[in-house]
Amino acid sequence: MEYLVQQLINGLTLGAIYGLIAIGYTMVYGIIGMINFAHGEVYMIGAFISIIAFTILGPFGFASPIVAIIIVLAVALIFTSVYGWAIERIAYRPLRGSFRLAPLISAIGVSIFLQNYVHMLQGAKMKPIQPVVRGGFVLAQEGTFVVQITYLQIGIIVATVALMAGFTYLIQRTSLGRAQRACEQDRKMAALLGVDVDRTISLTFVMGAALAAVAGLIFTLYYGAVDFFIGFLAGLKAFTAAVLGGIGSLPGAMLGGLLIGLIEAFWSAYFPIAYKDVAVFGILVVVLIFRPTGLLGRPDIEKV
Amino acid sequence: MSLLTVEHLTIRFGGLVAIDDVSFAAEDRRITAIIGPNGAGKTTVFNCLTGFYKPDVGRMCVAADGQEWLLERMEGFRIARDAGIARTFQNIRLFPKMTVLENLLVAQHKALQRASMFSLAGLVGAKSFRLAEQAAIERARGWLERCKLVHVADDEAGSLPYGAQRRLEIARAMCTGPRILCLDEPAAGLNPAESAELAALVRSVRDEEKIAVLLIEHDMSVVMEISDQIIVLDHGRKIAQGRPDEIRANPDVIRAYLGTDEEAVAAP
Repeated sequence: MEYLVQQLINGLTLGAIYGLIAIGYTMVYGIIGMINFAHGEVYMIGAFISIIAFTILGPFGFASPIVAIIIVLAVALIFTSVYGWAIERIAYRPLRGSFRLAPLISAIGVSIFLQNYVHMLQGAKMKPIQPVVRGGFVLAQEGTFVVQITYLQIGIIVATVALMAGFTYLIQRTSLGRAQRACEQDRKMAALLGVDVDRTISLTFVMGAALAAVAGLIFTLYYGAVDFFIGFLAGLKAFTAAVLGGIGSLPGAMLGGLLIGLIEAFWSAYFPIAYKDVAVFGILVVVLIFRPTGLLGRPDIEKV
Repeated sequence: MSLLTVEHLTIRFGGLVAIDDVSFAAEDRRITAIIGPNGAGKTTVFNCLTGFYKPDVGRMCVAADGQEWLLERMEGFRIARDAGIARTFQNIRLFPKMTVLENLLVAQHKALQRASMFSLAGLVGAKSFRLAEQAAIERARGWLERCKLVHVADDEAGSLPYGAQRRLEIARAMCTGPRILCLDEPAAGLNPAESAELAALVRSVRDEEKIAVLLIEHDMSVVMEISDQIIVLDHGRKIAQGRPDEIRANPDVIRAYLGTDEEAVAAP
């Protein structure tokens, strides 16, 4: 029982990271109908910028970990957003109006480019940092097994919930969010109402990148080490999360991320850990057989 | 100078000349109807005005408030945002999965974006944003009332009956605060009572909003009743222009519509 609770906590933390990345996939898909395969790499860049910022801050001594994290967060948000914006501007916008697969191929190209770019600049080795946040609450103890939730895990879950709430508000209630949803449904019509579609799409990429930066920072804090390849699998799983929840649906991406995190944690707890990815993708396949539009995706009903 | 001046508008699709040297002007507080048989190029004129097509030859100029906008050189969203041209479609193009109210708020994006500093202020709930949002909702409510849509304000636009969707499209176009409103067959598919209501709505828009209305319509009773000026197109060419009574008596127009000589038509 204690073990189960511990895995639940771990799974939620992992799910928060996947959920944050998945939102980037689902939003971009929603607005331009394309899977941004470079998004996992944007997350990796966010993690790297975080680790670089922490390393630079190190010699100054962290007055308090919270101040350090806020500074690093700001730096990571800014730089990663610029990457997200630039990717759209350079690799996707010129291909808009081209055939459907062109931006997809371009996305794969960007993904390979970014991996190698970071590989060249930062090397292939894991980059570690000292733990920034230590300690936690002990919830229960059974013999030598301690169920604990660390301060970091609390912070991650709280931050993720807050971000997702803020984001839902942004999409549902602000004029930018309305413009985004309008562009999703009919881009030309939105332009005819005076919405700057190109800018709206750019902002979508920037927002996705910002959330990926937060996910990257969380990963850095949680695992304490980063390499150039983390974007690949995390990106793939976040994409899976977006599809599982129903691609194009914001709550779906959050739910999907959470589910994937929990599945992974529980599978690792009770079954051979080497097969955890098989479990994740296996469940995706099963869900898609019975609900092709994902858990929260609304099927388009075609009128005849 | 007129609010809208179109000069020598010409557009070809491959070998087909869809619009051939069409010139006309439209004034504010006037309803200008564009009529003609199917395939005459009426909707193509609208598509040029709103930036869907770039004409091969010609000039389209909006002059207002001491400024001029050359439409053929502008990006689509600027035509709507800066020159102030709004339109509706023959086959309705609402945002079906947004509520009726949201459809009207998207149309006021420009004002809201400015007030909310690109939504940053909106996120922190700043007062300026809330005031602008309030004003936008008020304006939307005004149009909902005029178009008799208040009771469905929170329904999804796609779930409305056909006539209501037509009215909503006009309300949404008006919420952009246009100088020129282009209506593409607004009465299509409406029953006679709804058509009459629509004619009254269009007329009230002209009289109260100080805008120019361009109207494509097949329902001649509506056209003849409310138009101040009628332009007749046939095979992409302008064959007549004038007041409704002039057009009704014009032999070229009768020939274009019925493809026969005058005596045969004079019978009814």
